[in-house]
Amino acid sequence: MKEATTFATAKLLAVAVAMFAFGFALVPLYEIYCQVTGANGKTGDQYQATEQLVIDESREVTVQFLANNNANMPWQFRPSVRTMKVVPGKMYETTFFAGNITRDSMVGQAVPSVAPFHAAEYFHKTECFCFEQQELAGGDQIDMPLRFIVDPQLPETVKTLTLSYTLFDVTEAVRASVAAE
Amino acid sequence: MSAVIENHHDDHHHGPDKGIMRWVLTTNHKDIGSLYLWFSFAMFLVGGCMALVIRAELFQPGLQLVAPEFFNQMTTMHGLIMVFGAVMPAFVGLANWLVPMMIGAPDMALPRMNNYSFWILPFAFGMLISTLFMEGGAPNFGWTFYAPLSTEYAPPSVTYFIFAVHLMGISSIMGSINVIVTILNMRAPGMRLMDMPLFVWTWLITAYLLIAVMPVLAGVVTMMLMDIHFGTAFFSAAGGGDPVLFQHVFWFFGHPEVYIMILPAFGIVSAIIPTFARKKLFGYDSMVYATASIAFLSFIVWAHHMFTVGMPIAGELYFMYATMLIAVPTGVKVFNWIATMWKGSMTFETPMLFAIAFVILFTIGGFSGLMLSIVPADFQYHDTYFVVAHFHYVLVPGSIFSIMAAAYYWLPKWTGNMYDETLGKTHFWLSFVGVNVTFFPQHFIGLAGMPRRYPDYALQFADWNMVSSVGAYIFGFSQLLFLFIVIKTIRGGKKATDEVWDGAEGLEWTIPSPAPYHTFSTPPALPARAH
Repeated sequence: MKEATTFATAKLLAVAVAMFAFGFALVPLYEIYCQVTGANGKTGDQYQATEQLVIDESREVTVQFLANNNANMPWQFRPSVRTMKVVPGKMYETTFFAGNITRDSMVGQAVPSVAPFHAAEYFHKTECFCFEQQELAGGDQIDMPLRFIVDPQLPETVKTLTLSYTLFDVTEAVRASVAAE
Repeated sequence: MSAVIENHHDDHHHGPDKGIMRWVLTTNHKDIGSLYLWFSFAMFLVGGCMALVIRAELFQPGLQLVAPEFFNQMTTMHGLIMVFGAVMPAFVGLANWLVPMMIGAPDMALPRMNNYSFWILPFAFGMLISTLFMEGGAPNFGWTFYAPLSTEYAPPSVTYFIFAVHLMGISSIMGSINVIVTILNMRAPGMRLMDMPLFVWTWLITAYLLIAVMPVLAGVVTMMLMDIHFGTAFFSAAGGGDPVLFQHVFWFFGHPEVYIMILPAFGIVSAIIPTFARKKLFGYDSMVYATASIAFLSFIVWAHHMFTVGMPIAGELYFMYATMLIAVPTGVKVFNWIATMWKGSMTFETPMLFAIAFVILFTIGGFSGLMLSIVPADFQYHDTYFVVAHFHYVLVPGSIFSIMAAAYYWLPKWTGNMYDETLGKTHFWLSFVGVNVTFFPQHFIGLAGMPRRYPDYALQFADWNMVSSVGAYIFGFSQLLFLFIVIKTIRGGKKATDEVWDGAEGLEWTIPSPAPYHTFSTPPALPARAH
């Protein structure tokens, strides 16, 4: 009786601990799920071409660029061109403009998202300012490069892709981690 | 030769201790059950006062009584206190009182842990309520505490909120372990699982749900804590995290949580209706399987709370159909209750009135839930008062009516006295009218587009809001009558018989009224098989 109680209690406690761990395991699981399905418009990291993509001259896809500031981010932030007509398989280059209008040095981080979501996995960035943080002294400006390829496998139904960046102010977080080191 | 037979009276000190330390140190399941129930009632009044602040502000359009920031704190604290402070502890209190008496056990399996799991709660809620008096105010981000509202934009008191949630989680997990171990190990000899009363069954399943999801809740608030204080970025897009992840993890806990708050209610109603219909419960086995199915489904439907976050269409469809599936086992239960009443010789004492109102009004809440599960319709209903009406219909005339039904039904067994039937019926009718006047109009203003969680609203919503506020005050103040009735019953009244209700079945009715401090010290012989 007493043993049965102890055993059952220990077993149930173990379940509780395992579920606590499962809660944290949901974080990488969600990450993987989003990357595989492109849910949430998440784009992949830097694209490494494993094979030469076939250039598909027969179709043209419109790519729209959007730039948003997160709350309290004072920088100027905009794409240099708003739309491009691109051929799948070819590499294109464009820039985004960022200007720190404050007097202080600040660090910004752009986070990309592609719509429609199911097209996100077909949008490859070979170079993107979003892969690193941008530090700008007060009053400085910069044109930030973006190189991308639209995959020829992109479903026929998708005629327009929207790439949207949100710029976050990460100055404090960066300073805090530098101070900690 | 004369054998002296000594009296061991000193060693057989059976009654409760005297004074306040009786309650602090008690390991008796009945004492702890009473503590839980009183605590839950106190929280019910605190959370109710907050609801009345909300309804007073919404009585008329425009900003009248409270600042919008304080209004947000009221909606948040009302939700948290009612969910974690009123409904859940009430069910745990009922489990403490009833589970050992229903399965013929002398006490809970882990009496000392039982004491701890109760006494954690006053500290948890003391901490939560103290945030109201802190600089920056109490949590104001809604009871669902979505990031980044609860991380980047939260008031400093959010840390107290996080630790309060941790404590509540620990309390719930310990309570559930206790319930499961008691039910699995301490049933009277010969009582098989399928002989257990449904209240015991529903609590067994609820306890498993709690053990599965309360740690996930603890996990999500821990992630918040790390985001706020330790520079991680679980939910911050700037650092590579994702606020939508918060909603997924939260609702992975949150959806089973809503069933945690309703499954024990199913058990209570399944005990009361057969008694007053004087018939056996229709479809006992199907009730057990339906409860288990609902529990299983609760783990795979969470994203129906977040249809509008921008999910792939396949996800929307999956969560829509899975959600609709829940209507099947729930429908089985409702039909079983109705079939139990069918051609029964029914009488309508107060517990039965609450139980019947439960069946009708919970079903209304269930149907509006079905409406909400339809993805294209949900885009219209999302975050409107229609949602508020929906979940209040399943929680107030659902969970809370069942708790009141249980209180009236078992009060004579607990106290040895009958409650005043006239007052009980008055309480029922005031509550019934109050609840419907409060929440039914919220369906209309929700469909018309009034968003939830705002202190002000457009003029076209004015009339129904006024009606709703009037109903809220009727409902709120009639609960003072409930308090009066309970105290009056404890202090005296017509003596209850051991069986209390003719037609009541179960081991708890075989012991004297009031239930002695210790029951079933030796396991009872079971009556002939119930089914």
